[in-house]
Amino acid sequence: MENLRLLFDAPILTVQILLDGILIGAIFALAAYGMMLVWGVLNIINVAQGELVMLGGYVAFFLYKAGINPLFGVPLAAVLLFVVGWLLYRIVIFRIVDKDLFISILATFGLSILIQQLAKVAFSPDVRTPQTGFGSISMFSGAVTVTWIKIISFAAALVTGGVLVWFLRTTRMGQAIRATSQNARAARVMGIDTDRVYAWTFGVNAAICGASGALVAMTYLVDPYIGLPYTIRSFMIVIVAGLGNISAVLATAIGLGASENVAAFLFGAEYQIAFVYGLLVVILISRRILLARQRRYLA
Amino acid sequence: MSTATGKAALALASAALLLYGAGGAPAQTEGDTIVLGAAVSLTGKYSVNGKNTKDGYDLAVKRLNEMGGVKVGAKSYKLKVVYYDDESTPARGAQLAERLINQDGVKFVLGAYSSGLTKAIAPITEKYKVPHVEGNGAARELFTEGYKYLFGVLSTSDYYLRDAVNMAAEVAKENGRDPKSMKIAMAFENDPFSLDVRAGILEAAKKHGMKVLVDDKLPPEINDMAATLTKVKAVKPDLLLVSGHEKGATLVVRQISEMKIDVSIVATTHCDSAKIAETMGKQAEGILCASQWDRTLAYKDKWFGSADEYAKTFQKEFNYPAPYQAAESTASVLVFADAFQRAGSLDPAKVRDAIAKTDMMTFYGPIKFDETGKNTAKPMVLYQVQGGDYKVVFPSKWAETKIKYPRKLPTN
Repeated sequence: MENLRLLFDAPILTVQILLDGILIGAIFALAAYGMMLVWGVLNIINVAQGELVMLGGYVAFFLYKAGINPLFGVPLAAVLLFVVGWLLYRIVIFRIVDKDLFISILATFGLSILIQQLAKVAFSPDVRTPQTGFGSISMFSGAVTVTWIKIISFAAALVTGGVLVWFLRTTRMGQAIRATSQNARAARVMGIDTDRVYAWTFGVNAAICGASGALVAMTYLVDPYIGLPYTIRSFMIVIVAGLGNISAVLATAIGLGASENVAAFLFGAEYQIAFVYGLLVVILISRRILLARQRRYLA
Repeated sequence: MSTATGKAALALASAALLLYGAGGAPAQTEGDTIVLGAAVSLTGKYSVNGKNTKDGYDLAVKRLNEMGGVKVGAKSYKLKVVYYDDESTPARGAQLAERLINQDGVKFVLGAYSSGLTKAIAPITEKYKVPHVEGNGAARELFTEGYKYLFGVLSTSDYYLRDAVNMAAEVAKENGRDPKSMKIAMAFENDPFSLDVRAGILEAAKKHGMKVLVDDKLPPEINDMAATLTKVKAVKPDLLLVSGHEKGATLVVRQISEMKIDVSIVATTHCDSAKIAETMGKQAEGILCASQWDRTLAYKDKWFGSADEYAKTFQKEFNYPAPYQAAESTASVLVFADAFQRAGSLDPAKVRDAIAKTDMMTFYGPIKFDETGKNTAKPMVLYQVQGGDYKVVFPSKWAETKIKYPRKLPTN
């Protein structure tokens, strides 16, 4: 309760907490877009999502090490990770499309461990911190500070969301992806090469994750084990937002980021994750009650 | 679903069987080689320090073998270490300790990295009466269980940041401030090591009458400390103390700079193995680091020479500067070597008694175990990052440099 009093004494802190939460939520949104795509189109829950984020982080780090501003890592990671995602599909993922959901979880879980360990061998387990050198801006005479890179991440999340909507609505491949997600068999009958669609979808997912990973590395840090929280968050976000609604994913992600940051402030950082899961349970139960009520009306 | 589960279980089981059969079964000695066993974290969250630990062991073994091995009675033996990866999980560590002792026939165990893993392994080595010398399990309670076969060469974890508080009191007095007016903010990962660090700080804070204003616990998968640091910024403490392994050290250094949080004394654990001075530039200036050991200390031994010479040998072998985690691992092997010679036997009970009577000087510092098995002869040191380098500033007796106080917020 002391923490609550702190908020009353200095209401400006609320701004800081909410801003931090909203901006990290934007990064969660990116990984969640990808998870939603793969889940919706391939019917696969990709547990290796966080590892793709991690790989993107290393792209930024190696640019930084080469003396280039890691910000260029965002597009570069997207391109490189598209290739990685496409290859992963051709080697592993195509074998588990149309299989039981359990198989897909097992396979991608294996992938996540494999990628993690390969990254450890290749990049060493050291914690890395690529720096953009952009610094931060202070507001309210220094009471609130926001780093530029967090603002850039937020903008990137919005832009990526927009581009994704445009891509899915207007391009041939986007339309093919949507058709396949509605009914893969019908899409095949209509002459869509669903295998190619799947490879593209997984590639696009990896690209988005890669871009978000570059942002994560510049905002926080990167090591081979940072993936798990991003997998869990994106899974949660997609469960709450549902498949196929990009703006809902963005809104959920931002809501999640903000609420977990507030929880960490009020109850202490040790309850941050517990709060996230608690919230998930409450949402799922209340949604079930609402749905049950609707069904009663129908009957 | 159920058939899929069954198949997966079968596959896992057969894979496990394969692994099981793959390992040979060497005895405690192979010809003229003494086999030591260790489960270390080569993967998982402790893998940085796990590698430091393994490198430390390997360097000691290499050096001892180069010098003709260990003389036990009339015969000279070479040393060898059998390693397993404990994946940074205590349950796995305990399993592997059983495996080392029962299947591989190892009679002398070197410690794992981290208190959690040591805590899991210690009951096993105790059960089989196998001497267990460790340099990386610093939890205080490891040495309150009455274990007879566990020995730790390092200072226990409650000493890590205790001296940061003592030093703050000292500095406050020098600057004409009452230590009682000092305020502390602190954050710890929720693991046994960090919670011991916390207990040590609380004791020291009580002694000096300092107030603790923020006391947060960080989850192990922490990627962001913004919520905790917002609180720190609001209460304006004089000391900020953090213990969260490499990630915690890196995050706090990065985020206090970005959030422009101005605290006179900032101290963390693990900042040398996190390489903050090397990789974080100005952001790391003025940060204090707790360390078990430093290469500038005046310790010396017959195997490696001075602490500095050890550091040079290490750097040449592994291409990175020796962290204290490696030094204390090397020291653990030296304790075994010394005890083998004095025991004149490879009987575990005799070796155990010889270890208990250890009183030696190493490049790592003096080693002498109290009746609980912890090394009480060696003090902790505090570094401060000054000009991109780690300088020992405490204890003042060995300090090469004076502390820069108050720490100034780096300008980006």
